[in-house]
Amino acid sequence: MTAVSGTRAVADKSSRRAGPRSRGSRDLPRRLQPLGALLLVAVVIGLPLWMVIATAAKTKGEALNPSFSAPTSWHLLANLRQAFTQGEVLRGLFGSILVVVPTVVAVLVLGAAASWVLARRGGRATAVMYGFAISGILLPPAVITVVLLLRQLGIAGSPIGMVAVYTGMYLSTVIFFMVGFIRTLPLELEEAARVDGASPFTVFTRIILPLLRPVIATATILVCLYTWNDVFYAFFVLGGSNTSTLPLNLFKVASSGIYLNNWNLIFAYVILMTLPLLIVFILAQRRIIAGITSGAIK
Amino acid sequence: MQTALTEPLVKATGPQPSRNATRRSARRSGRSSNHPLIFLAPAFAVITVFFVVPTAMNFVYPFTDWSAFKPGIRSAGFSNFHDILADGSLVSSLRITLIYAALVALFQNLFGLGLAVLLERDTRVNRFARALFFLPVLMSALAVGYVFQAMLKPEGAVNGVIGSLIGRHVTVPWLGSTTWTIVIIALVHSWKWMGLAMLVYLAGLKSIPEDLQEAARIDGAGRWKAFRLIRLPLLAPAVTFNVATALLGTMNGFDVVQATTGGGPARSSEVLNIFIFRTFGQGLYAQSTAMSLVLFLAILVLAVPLVLTLRRREQIL
Repeated sequence: MTAVSGTRAVADKSSRRAGPRSRGSRDLPRRLQPLGALLLVAVVIGLPLWMVIATAAKTKGEALNPSFSAPTSWHLLANLRQAFTQGEVLRGLFGSILVVVPTVVAVLVLGAAASWVLARRGGRATAVMYGFAISGILLPPAVITVVLLLRQLGIAGSPIGMVAVYTGMYLSTVIFFMVGFIRTLPLELEEAARVDGASPFTVFTRIILPLLRPVIATATILVCLYTWNDVFYAFFVLGGSNTSTLPLNLFKVASSGIYLNNWNLIFAYVILMTLPLLIVFILAQRRIIAGITSGAIK
Repeated sequence: MQTALTEPLVKATGPQPSRNATRRSARRSGRSSNHPLIFLAPAFAVITVFFVVPTAMNFVYPFTDWSAFKPGIRSAGFSNFHDILADGSLVSSLRITLIYAALVALFQNLFGLGLAVLLERDTRVNRFARALFFLPVLMSALAVGYVFQAMLKPEGAVNGVIGSLIGRHVTVPWLGSTTWTIVIIALVHSWKWMGLAMLVYLAGLKSIPEDLQEAARIDGAGRWKAFRLIRLPLLAPAVTFNVATALLGTMNGFDVVQATTGGGPARSSEVLNIFIFRTFGQGLYAQSTAMSLVLFLAILVLAVPLVLTLRRREQIL
């Protein structure tokens, strides 16, 4: 709490230096702010977004050199359809879901169980175990040797192998968020259940898990955001196998010779690939924003 | 659902006393059998097998001759490190990665903080603008890279706009400079993630009590002064989080660079992960693992002091 007293001293000092200001100079920026904000959105986000949509609606020849100009005639649906079939969107979508959903379930279940014990037990040994568990937040996974390990285990190139790698990577983030959250929950709730004769398993499933709902939402969003869009680890683990994901397909489409500079199809694919997460975001915007920021500013 | 936004923030401002209280009562209720270690087992098993074991293997394979061209794997001493040192790729990739990460950390935080301050008030326009600035965060980094590759081509959209403004045909190769392209890619990377930094800064700004700001205003501090001397220091936890995640996350970056330049021109934007990706594709597995070990050690060396200093600064302020 030194922070507050420190700033108070600073505030005292500054008050001696700065004189009072007129109201007018403070109101003008306030009135111009909405205009400035909209202008910034239009240039920084609107222009690239428009280029993606406009280019995705052009013919191959017209899209050769992407520009901000509108297409002479709109072929958006036709291009989306072509990208959908040639980019094997269904196969990618199926692969993405096959990898992302089990990963989310695994990190949530394993993470919640571990976090409960890590948050509630005291002592140095627990602190060391907690440090071990969250070290993966900052440290990068060894991407080459993990592929070798998966080969030795016989799960390289399979969704199971991919899920295992993602789970090992993101458990630490989930444990970090969940331990912080569980520590704020009153212990009395557990004690009351225990007095009534509940086993640790019952306490965990009946008392703790339902209380974890907000942090489960956060973890789900973060893990989805990372795994849905990942191409680096997917390339090493799934590259050359029968399983593919949406980003991996985009990578193949964009780097294969036939599609080089086929910007209309590449951007049609980008639109198709972004839509699922965009729809989720629009539906759960408030929850997502609250969730993402909750763990960050502790 | 109105409380959804403020609820975690309230928690974030005052966790210290309650956390201590919880820990004390945990010790009082004592019996560790209430929280059996078996609950840790599955998570720790997965982390150990799929994170720790590969990391340990990553300390062994760089010293072998593992490749796609030989049937067996034999010890090769330091020859891989000698090779990547001798051809200059270790130093250059490490240097490029560090510059790239530092630039992204700088840009992303400047943009994120600027947006948070600009869009702080809860108006309809601001909520709309925030949602749109968050859109790139949802997009795949690979897709973002392709979008900007298209915009920054010599015959691309950006040059088209500049050309029509100054009335002359412009073909600036934005992604073709061995010096400046890495800066441009860092800007693209920051464009993708600035929405997330903005959200974290917005939450940080909201957690600062209104009356502090008001007191400063009454004392006669101007807009800028009140921000710099009062709110900026109180944003320290948000800065810590944003700088640490941006810096260390970008050290491990791949997608944006791969999609914009693929490491070029003349390998001038070849960050460590691009090198790992390229040599893996060429079948030089041992060299990939050697660079992978370099990446691991670089992040380890950066992470420990970074987290410690930022934490300490947070406490002083």
